Amino acid sequence: MLDDEDRRILRYWQEEPTLTHAELAQRAGLTTGRTTRRIARMQDLGVVQGVGVVIDWAALGYAVEVSLRITLDKTQGNAFDSFMAQARKVPEVIEIQTFLGRVDVRLSIIARDMAHYQQIYRSRILTLPHISEIEALMHVARIKTSEGLPL
Amino acid sequence: MTPLDDIDTRLLRALSMDAGQSAGALGRVLGLSQPATWRRIRRLEEAGIIHGRMLRLDAEKLGFGVTVFLGVKLALRGRVSLEDFERAVSAIPEVQTVEHVLGLYDYRLRVVARDLSDFERVLRRRIMTLPGAGDVEANVLLSEERLAGPL
Repeated sequence: MLDDEDRRILRYWQEEPTLTHAELAQRAGLTTGRTTRRIARMQDLGVVQGVGVVIDWAALGYAVEVSLRITLDKTQGNAFDSFMAQARKVPEVIEIQTFLGRVDVRLSIIARDMAHYQQIYRSRILTLPHISEIEALMHVARIKTSEGLPL
Repeated sequence: MTPLDDIDTRLLRALSMDAGQSAGALGRVLGLSQPATWRRIRRLEEAGIIHGRMLRLDAEKLGFGVTVFLGVKLALRGRVSLEDFERAVSAIPEVQTVEHVLGLYDYRLRVVARDLSDFERVLRRRIMTLPGAGDVEANVLLSEERLAGPL
């Protein structure tokens, strides 16, 4: 579906998402027209979803980030669906992932400080349905954040 | 920086979904002129609230069918330098993110692979051989949702 030229464009682009098509073309050693056509095709195919901004929550006053690893009570048939539906309603939840493994669901939660976190945890998290176990990982630092693919 | 007003918040929301929209198009939705929109984006960038841009790719369409989160505990804590571990793990192309956490594990890694056997190769040859890597727990990602957060 994709060839080496496509991959080359994506490699440079994911490294520097703010590059223009002309700059990308220059780095990939292609003409701008060819690069633009290839990007348009990859967008049509859904390979390229877009360029999003990365929000620094700490700069907005959310200094605390906690990862909650949750095991659900799967004897309840709708445990996943009703848990997820309720978790989506908590504004401080910025990410929900589901897994195959020891952990069923992971929530990323942000809070202004530990007192705020404690309040969210008690009033909004512990009240979510079908939780059987929770483990918390407190976020210290991001070492690598690129999320680039090894193309 | 002055606190965010309602328009900033809506702008951030729109940008986090699709930063590729032009200032003109965004402004029309928010009822702002193009230069006013552009100034607001600049201000959010200068305040560090917009931390950067990220190219969003469909990993599966690019042949990366498996995403695994690894919890890694360092063995012989105190005797391995964290910097050595961090440098080595960040250099692995399949490792997309590295987070330093407090709790059951020391690090949380996001790893992409073509399939499970490719993941096994990465795990055995690259992760398990890292300086100081001890206990490793793997959870295979099934689904993922990013939410707008408390904006």
